[in-house]
Amino acid sequence: MSQTFLGLPTRRRTTDAADEPFGPVPHPQEPLRWGDDFPAAAKQTLKNDQLRRNLGHATQVIRTKRAAVVGEVPDWEALRDAGSAVKQQVMAHLPDLLQQLEENVVARGGVVHWARDAAEANRIVADIAKAKGADEVVKIKSMATQEIGLNEALADEGIAAIETDLAELIVQLADDMPSHILVPAIHRNRSEIRDIFLARMGDAPPDLSDVPRELAMAARAHLRRKFLSAKVAVSGANFAVADTGTLAVVESEGNGRMCLTLPETLVTVMGIEKLVPTFDDLEVFLQLLPRSSTGERMNPYTSMWSGVTPGDGPQEFHLVLLDNGRTDVLADEVGRSALHCIRCSACLNVCPVYERVGGHAYGSVYPGPIGAILTPQLTASTGGVSGHHDPNASLPYASSLCGACYEVCPVKIDIPSILVDLRAREVDADRSSRGVDPWRTAMKAAAWVMADGDRFALAGRAATLGSGLGGRDHAISVAPPPASAWTKARDLPAPPRQTFRQWWQAEHETTPEHEEGAR
Amino acid sequence: MSDARTEVLARVRAALGQTGSGTTPSGKVGTAPHPEPVPRAYRASGEHAVGSPEVLEQLVDRLVDYKAHVHQITADALPATVAALVAELSEPQGGIARSGSDNSPGPELSEPQGGIAPPGSDNSRGGRVVVPDGLDDAWLAALPAEVDVVRDSREQPLAAADLDAVAAVVTAARVAISETGTIVLDGEPDQGRRAISLVPDVHLCVVRADQAVQTVPEAVRLLGAHPERPLTWISGPSATSDIELDRVEGVHGPRTLHVLLVG
Repeated sequence: MSQTFLGLPTRRRTTDAADEPFGPVPHPQEPLRWGDDFPAAAKQTLKNDQLRRNLGHATQVIRTKRAAVVGEVPDWEALRDAGSAVKQQVMAHLPDLLQQLEENVVARGGVVHWARDAAEANRIVADIAKAKGADEVVKIKSMATQEIGLNEALADEGIAAIETDLAELIVQLADDMPSHILVPAIHRNRSEIRDIFLARMGDAPPDLSDVPRELAMAARAHLRRKFLSAKVAVSGANFAVADTGTLAVVESEGNGRMCLTLPETLVTVMGIEKLVPTFDDLEVFLQLLPRSSTGERMNPYTSMWSGVTPGDGPQEFHLVLLDNGRTDVLADEVGRSALHCIRCSACLNVCPVYERVGGHAYGSVYPGPIGAILTPQLTASTGGVSGHHDPNASLPYASSLCGACYEVCPVKIDIPSILVDLRAREVDADRSSRGVDPWRTAMKAAAWVMADGDRFALAGRAATLGSGLGGRDHAISVAPPPASAWTKARDLPAPPRQTFRQWWQAEHETTPEHEEGAR
Repeated sequence: MSDARTEVLARVRAALGQTGSGTTPSGKVGTAPHPEPVPRAYRASGEHAVGSPEVLEQLVDRLVDYKAHVHQITADALPATVAALVAELSEPQGGIARSGSDNSPGPELSEPQGGIAPPGSDNSRGGRVVVPDGLDDAWLAALPAEVDVVRDSREQPLAAADLDAVAAVVTAARVAISETGTIVLDGEPDQGRRAISLVPDVHLCVVRADQAVQTVPEAVRLLGAHPERPLTWISGPSATSDIELDRVEGVHGPRTLHVLLVG
């Protein structure tokens, strides 16, 4: 059922039963499309006081840190300009750059695979793991592998994918879904995390407290055994340098270094948009990303590697280049700059909508403002932008268009403009998909009324009859149909007792000389 | 050439409006973008010279801010400083909550046969230190004889489990960045394989003053001379803020980072 018009659409999807005791969110079939549509999901998450407290605290802390470290960079705006322009160049020359990257990775001993979609990428990774005889792979936190549901696909093949980032481990143990790009378990507090570890980790000390240091040390002990024995690691990539074949992973905990260094085989899954043309371009992004993301001058660890280094690190390296909807985004003249995103999550932390509803309400592994423009476009081929019954088509409405996301974006993605463009297309698609459209009918009627002065005056006088309907705040909260379609989503201001024309006439009839003088 | 490769590239071309390439999955053909040239108005270098007192002061400040231990010393004092820090390793570490079922008993000084402690062990092992085989021997000259120095190289690498039984690692560095408090290792023989500066719990990293630059672009351009080398950028000890954004230093990498700033 749909009531789409200016306000918030209300499509509903069925959700599987809650995964007790920890997961209110079950694992979705589609990592880019799960649960209720945004308005319905937001209504649910807004009832969760704990979530709002956790998020309010977290976003405020990161916002403050980011502002401080960005403030100390004198050429921040010049870096943003450069970052934005480099990404424009990447998109414009993507076919050449991808082939250049492939050439250089192969020349340095790597193997390059191409994947049209999630299933193909998952197949490639599973086949590599099987060829190595691995029934367990260690994983670095990666948005690309979340997007393709790699862990679930590997599980179907009998391969356990072990998340090694602390937050991802928490999410995985709880059978939950991530709610933030950078800090995926931000919706959990320390006592919940202790309970999750005690119930699900298997080797957590029974006297484990909820002190973050103790929890982190429990994860360290648990994962070290995995790191030392793993044969295959899977990672994403923050950047890939076309002219050198260099891959870069930016992290904090050292789990990334463990995965990138210790196993014999490394598989990196990256979206085709993650390129930079030259090694020197890293000097821009390695300044923009950490300060925007964690609010640090530099993240604790960054690893870079080019193919295989004999005697150091994995001796077998596979790079999987993933499309999975990205070319649809690239084809959109307005929306393609969503591909410039470097996944810093600064836009989440400043968004007043995200701060209140949390990541799960977006029904995608990409939440927040960037998710609201990226998710619909990535799923365009299955109706994400224009699908009448697609929950993703409601995501562009998950914004007040305040523009804070654009202000903080390190690569200057104009998220508000893309949101408006996507809304327009959703409305257009809705219009063409309906027989009788009350909204369009109303607009047509309004156009007829407004086309003629006398008709407009008459309509204005008629409207003043409704002046008594408002409450003390002159707002109508509940109106009969068809106006109910509007008041369901927001208040309708009560009409004034007098129209502007009536007021003008009254004013100027008493002082007609003014009117004469004006002419 | 695989089908997927051909098709993905064709889709990309279609998305960029190159005709004759078919369409994207949703049936679209895009328009050719007109990217602006890249403005490089940002600072290519800092206002202070490489290794200048200003750069060193900033480097120390930023390293300390990220909980690294900094020792500003002369070249002459380096061997004694290394020896003193290694001696600290066998002292009991206070304050670090230990957990997990893998608590092996205390310092394993009673294992002198050059043997390797059992894998899965996570405790600091007083007395055993790993170094890359290209490290300047003079730096280790003051170590007492009972300290077991293990040399690691690409040709003769220690197994990961063996590294896990080592208390500390001593390496050199390629470059340091003062504005961000970052040290970069590039895997050359005085810095070693990436694993050796990762698995041991304590990292002693020797940085010469003339290796300290002010800005990220200065470092990137220096490293760009050998982009094929595996790089590890280190800014303080490993850390996480995943639990209520409460910062905890030392998750999987070395929990203690000593920077020996020489010169």
